[in-house]
Order: sequence, then structure tokens, then C-alpha cells
Amino acid sequence: MIDRYRWYELVGLYAGIALFMVFVLAPFVEGFMVSLKPLSQLFSTPYNFIPQNGSFTAYFTMWTTVEGLGRYIFNSLFISAIVTLAVIAIVVPAAYAFARFQFTGSGLLLGGFLAVNMFSGAVLLIPLYRLMRAMGLLNSYWAMIVPGIAFLIPSSIWLLRTYMARIPRELDEAAWVDGASRLYTLRRVILPLAMPGVVVVAIMTFIGAYAQQFIFALTFNSRQEFMPLPVGLFAFFGRQEVLWNELMAASFVGILPVMIVIVFLQRYLVAGLTAGAVKQ
Amino acid sequence: MTSTRGATYFALALLAPALIYILAIVAYPLFDTIVLSFTNAAMRPAYDFVGWANYERIFGAGNFTEVIIRTFVWTFFSVSMKMVIGMFGAVLLNAAIPGQALFRILTMPPWIVPMAIGIFMWGWMYNGQFGMISGLLQNFGILSGPFPFLAYGNTAFWATIVTDVWIGVPMVTIYFLAAMQSIPKDLYEAAWTDGAGRFYRFRRITLPMMVPAILTMSLLSLISTFNSFDIIWILTQGGPSGSTTTMIIDTYKTAIGSYRYGEGAARAVVICIFVSLFCVVYFRAVRKLAQGEAK
Repeated sequence: MIDRYRWYELVGLYAGIALFMVFVLAPFVEGFMVSLKPLSQLFSTPYNFIPQNGSFTAYFTMWTTVEGLGRYIFNSLFISAIVTLAVIAIVVPAAYAFARFQFTGSGLLLGGFLAVNMFSGAVLLIPLYRLMRAMGLLNSYWAMIVPGIAFLIPSSIWLLRTYMARIPRELDEAAWVDGASRLYTLRRVILPLAMPGVVVVAIMTFIGAYAQQFIFALTFNSRQEFMPLPVGLFAFFGRQEVLWNELMAASFVGILPVMIVIVFLQRYLVAGLTAGAVKQ
Repeated sequence: MTSTRGATYFALALLAPALIYILAIVAYPLFDTIVLSFTNAAMRPAYDFVGWANYERIFGAGNFTEVIIRTFVWTFFSVSMKMVIGMFGAVLLNAAIPGQALFRILTMPPWIVPMAIGIFMWGWMYNGQFGMISGLLQNFGILSGPFPFLAYGNTAFWATIVTDVWIGVPMVTIYFLAAMQSIPKDLYEAAWTDGAGRFYRFRRITLPMMVPAILTMSLLSLISTFNSFDIIWILTQGGPSGSTTTMIIDTYKTAIGSYRYGEGAARAVVICIFVSLFCVVYFRAVRKLAQGEAK
């Protein structure tokens, strides 16, 4: 740092950050407060931000009010896990191919993958619906897993490719000189070194899969037994009398798995993200 | 590395799963959308080709032009607010002050948390009877009674934009922050020795150096905002009386809601054309920028 902040600059900075944090975090803080309030207090005026005689009651009662809540949470995690495993299996070889081999049309192909990001699932919903119906995948886990994978492949390839490109080529070449096959080199030399990158991509994919479970699930699945949390809660949300405190409690429990993943792997994530963002 | 034929086959074999998957689940549906847009496909399995009838119908009714304009206005305000607030956040989080690391982590939740869940929380905050925003405004005496933000066209339009901005800001902030940190430090030091103030350095060094990052982020954000579905669907489902019906919502309502696949597909094609146009404009801008630097 070249020049130090004067006191009024520091005050300004902290005030700005406070304002920014209020914007970013207000819905979560308010949501949490609501989850602690008894229902009678929610529907009384004047409005109180801090719960009076707040309790975690809603976190216990919600399991019976929101019918199938446990199932929804399990479904969400299950779908995200399968999508993540599939994306990693597809993306690791592809990213390696792009990071190491230049062939006719490789640049075009890479651009093509990037272009896939332009077409959100929402635009392709009609043909995807027909496709799912033709394959008999409607109203099953596959209705959310199969399209979910496709829209997470391109960005994962881009992220992992930049990561793999930074691993020195000499390592591949040394392995070949020692007589290792190309596939063996990928598996035993490059993959272990690329592991931090793979972890970042896996986290991003898991988060992405968890987040995208709305439109596909809304359209391709109507069976409660396969419903992921967002759609399950949406059905609850749409009712006339919403038990907001329980809805918020359920939302926080739904966020928990993602938060746990982030807290444990946060160091990898920040490093991987900044690397991926700067070097494109 | 030797680019022998064997190496190429190996690379293609590695790429095959990804390629086949994308062709089947993205490229083929895209093609199918175009085909469907020229048919009268609906619930029943059989359908006929109808030429340009779908396009004539959607552009014939004044409603669709209105939807297009609304989508552009919605997207414009959302993206510009994301850029401004994201830049504001990046500058703040870039300052070397105690607590910096913590503030950076606290920025991420809207991005990381499943989108629908964040939207439920906004749904509560906008709640007319007892929601936080209406409640606070009443407590401060700004509103005299409860105000349901999602029940009136005008406020619902802005409410959905604010939620969209909220979800998009963390990613923009982190991306801008990363770009800001990659600007060579000696530029700032040289300007500082010349006596340039903080604001002057931001305006003459940071901002120009970040033009590529700003361009990239605006395009990415433009496309995702243009295609934004969850926020509007969960908060208002396009209402009240169509005031938040953007092109994607309109397409969904036509195709999935009323089973008019052909007409819905024609709408989807129009969306794809717009998105492709954005990309062409963007790549032009990037190329121009690169040429400018080369000179």
C-alpha cells in the first residue's frame, strides 16, 4: 500500500462496507429472525426486527407441517451429488484434452462449449421436455439429473482447463519418456496434481446443481417423491396461509449442506476462483 | 508437444463424452426449437408445418412487442445496477483495512445459496401485510399503512429487479475484485509519486484497465439476466397483469402453461437471436479493444 488512509477515509470505507453488507445479508438475517419468531408475532404490528421470546420451535414443527421436507432435502442432495460425479467424470478428460492438445478445430470447439452457456435451460425447455418424454425420463430423478449435467459442463471445462494448463508440460513428457501411456499419464501424473482444481470445480458444480433445481424440476417432474427442496418449498410457499417462520426454518436447513461444504473447502474455493477469474 | 495423428485421436477420445452429451442435450434441442417454431405442435403427438404462421401471430399481436421492450428495460436496469454496485463493492473490498478477508467471505452468500431459497426470503421481505420493508417504512412513518410491493405492476417490476441485482452482485464483485488485483502496482506508485489523488487514480488507472473485465462481466450478466426465470416466477409469476412478464416468462407460459409448443418455440427462437446478437456485439468490442492496444 502506498499511502495510508486518513481517519475520515477509513470511516467512509467502513460505512460503505456496512451499507454493502446490509444489502447482501439483509434477507438472510431477516429470514433467520423470522424463523425464530412465533407465528402470532409475525402477524402483528408494529413490525419488530428482533424476535421477542424467540425460539427454535419452528425448526422442530416444520418437519410435520411441510409434508415431505426430509424427502425434499434428501432428493436435492442426491440429485446434486449424481450431477457432480457425472460432470467431473466428463469434464476431467475434456479439460485435459483442451489444456494439452492443439488440433484442427480445437479452438472452435472450445468456443462452442462456451457458447452453450448462452442458452439457458429455460430457452430450451420445450424440446428438452419432448426429449425427456421420448426417453421416458419424466417424473423421475433423471428428469432433473440429465439436463442438469449439460448446463454445468461448459463452465467446468473452462475452469479446469486453465488450471491444468498451468501444470508444466515437462511432467507429461517425462512420464512418456519413462514409457507411460497417455491415459496412465493423465490418471497417475496429472490428475493428482490437478486435484485442487478438480475440488473447486466439484464444489462449483455441486452448488450450481443445487441452485438450478428449480425450472427443470418444476417442468419435468410432478411427483412429490422426487421433488427437490426448492420446488417442494415453492409448492408450500404458494399456499394461501403461509407459515412463514417454518418456511424460513426449512430454507435455512436447506442451505446448511451448501454452507458446510463452503466452510470446509473455502480455502480451495477462493484460490481457485481468483485464479480462474484473472487468467482467461 | 508433438501433434501427431495419434495425439489428435487421443484428444478427441477424451473429448467425446462431453461433446456427445452437449450435442444430445443442448445442440439437438436447439435445432428442435427452430424446427418446432415452424409447426403447430401442441399436446397431441401429431403436428404440421405451418411456415411463418407462428412468427406472424406473435408479432401481429401488439402484446409481444410490449414484452420485448419490457424485457430490455428490465435487463438494462438490472445489469447496470449490478455493474455499479459490483464496482462499488470491489473497490471497498480491495481496500487494505482490517476485516477485509471476512467481508469478502460475507459477500458470497446470495451467490452460493440455492437461488430459490434466497428468493423466498425476498418474498417475505416484500410481503405487504407484515414484511420487513413495508414494516420498517411504517415504523419510520414513511408509509402510513401496509404496502404489498408485489401486488402493483410498477413496484413489482422494480422489486423483481432488486432481487435479481442482489443475486448477481456477489459474482460481479468478486470478478471485479480479481481483475482489480491484477492491475500492475507500479502504475499506482508512479501516479502517486506524481501526486495523483485516490479518486484521480481510480478514474485514470483502475477504470480504464478494467474495461475488458467490465465488458466480459456485462455480457455474462446480460445473458443471464435476459434469461432470468426463477426470480420472476417465484415472486410474481409474471404478474400482476403482465407487468413482470419478460420474454422467458412469456415463453414458459405459452409453451409449458398452455401447451402451445410451436408458438412457444417461435418465442424461444427470438430470444436466441437476441442473445446471439449480444455475443456478436461483444466479440466486436473485444476485438476492437485488442486492436487498440496493439497500436
